[in-house]
Amino acid sequence: MSTDLIIHLSYLLSAVLFVLGLKLLGSPVSARKGNLLSSLGMFLAVAVTLLSKEIIDFTWIFAGVVVGSFIGVICARRVEMTKMPEMVALLNGFGGLSSLLVGWSIYHANPFISFFTASTIYLSILIGGVTFTGSMIAWAKLNGKMKGKPIIFTGQKVLNVITLGSLLVLGILYMNSPASSYDLFIALAIGSLLLGILSVIPIGGADMPVVISLLNSYSGLAAAATGFVIQNNVLIVSGALVGASGIILTSIMCKAMNRSLSNVLFSGFGSNNQAAGGGVTGTAKSLTAQDAYFVLEAAKSILVVPGYGLAVAQAQHSLKELAALFEKNGAEVKYAIHPVAGRMPGHMNVLLAEAGISYDQLIEMDDINPVMESVDVCMVIGANDVVNPAAKEDDTSPIYGMPIIETHRAKNVFVLKRTMASGFAGIENPLFFKENSNMIFGDAKKTLQSLVQELKS
Amino acid sequence: MDIQIAILLAFVLMLSIFLGFELISKVPSTLHTPLMSGANAVSGITLVGALICAGMDQGFLSTIMGFFAVIFATVNIVGGYLVTHRMLAMFKKKEGGEK
Repeated sequence: MSTDLIIHLSYLLSAVLFVLGLKLLGSPVSARKGNLLSSLGMFLAVAVTLLSKEIIDFTWIFAGVVVGSFIGVICARRVEMTKMPEMVALLNGFGGLSSLLVGWSIYHANPFISFFTASTIYLSILIGGVTFTGSMIAWAKLNGKMKGKPIIFTGQKVLNVITLGSLLVLGILYMNSPASSYDLFIALAIGSLLLGILSVIPIGGADMPVVISLLNSYSGLAAAATGFVIQNNVLIVSGALVGASGIILTSIMCKAMNRSLSNVLFSGFGSNNQAAGGGVTGTAKSLTAQDAYFVLEAAKSILVVPGYGLAVAQAQHSLKELAALFEKNGAEVKYAIHPVAGRMPGHMNVLLAEAGISYDQLIEMDDINPVMESVDVCMVIGANDVVNPAAKEDDTSPIYGMPIIETHRAKNVFVLKRTMASGFAGIENPLFFKENSNMIFGDAKKTLQSLVQELKS
Repeated sequence: MDIQIAILLAFVLMLSIFLGFELISKVPSTLHTPLMSGANAVSGITLVGALICAGMDQGFLSTIMGFFAVIFATVNIVGGYLVTHRMLAMFKKKEGGEK
């Protein structure tokens, strides 16, 4: 068998492994096996590539793989689970940058290319560049290096349109005569990087789950574009799979916020911070942990609605301890997680899993809402907008129509919160003023710990 | 010839996207974060291209760009798979029944 045949058959096999791996990721029981299969596919694809006859010198390859693996291992070991969104943003960005560099390197090696190859290189640079800088901005916004607020300035939309337009025009010029357009190519690369920055800065911190999903999709498409450049099916297949997964997650996130993708990307949501929906009246009742204890002790069914505030307070472990005591006391404890809780899709689930909370105790929003009346006590911990009844009741509210966890219909609601301040979206929450709801002010971790003490004694 | 290859690759792309939609839409929301980081690792497949660039010996600048592409893609792959593995290890069923 010729080497070429071995290489291409191996690529086919690794594509199969990627598909199987993603399929097995569909259930918590088989997910680990799925990840393993997928990494096996990757290993195979990389290993057989080293056999290809284009590769003459291995020095730089070896050095690059060693350095990259070292950084990768350190990152993966050290990262805290609360920092997962940053990590994914960073890795997305690296994938994009890599696609850009591959496109550039191939063009630099041989600028005498056909229109078709030039157009694939163009796509690889464009998507790769946007993914890279876009992810870096998302990363900076997520870890607070940059303010989460949308950055809006006059003429922004015009500038974006001009950038996009010139990328298209210069791109066509470049494709028509790639051999004599090296400076055009550099301009394209810079323009793509600029476009990535421009398109993410006007998006607020609260919308980062959508942005990360979208950039994830881009990083896949960048890989697929690179696949066209080097005419390699395995890149196209795996790039397309990732692209599709990113698109699906993006649309799930948008639906969970009841907004269109274009609204998320272009509206600068949350840039005006005046509290909307001013029709909220009444006073919120506040409760001490001791008072709450008596209600909780008698409760038969308890529903916990965790939000990102829980993770910020590092209270997952105290929560788990408390839940165990409730269960010993004969109560049934469930956790309802809103799709956009946390800073990326499924983020809250991972944080609870880290605390050792079993995934079969988690219940989805659409399953809990119909039976909400039967819940004795709802504990809302560090969540706000996702339990805001204004989304159901007040059609002037900016979040009207967004699906929420309807905690206000439970018999009792305890809201664990530091202050009365409004949430990420800057909207007042009428839940706090309802008959059946009580605020327990203070640090979530301390509150939970004092509840644990009460239950133990 | 060029255009035929392009069409063939486009077919592969289109079918893979549809397959991706089918596969991913069945993943429960509990697993969305590991799904994302796992998919992310797959997108590091650009490494295949990067390896060729770093090893094809077509001028120093091409090689160096390939070298950096190899580094970034490898970080993407290694970091992505390991962190996914770490997360999935946390997802356990109740009653200690680790399967």
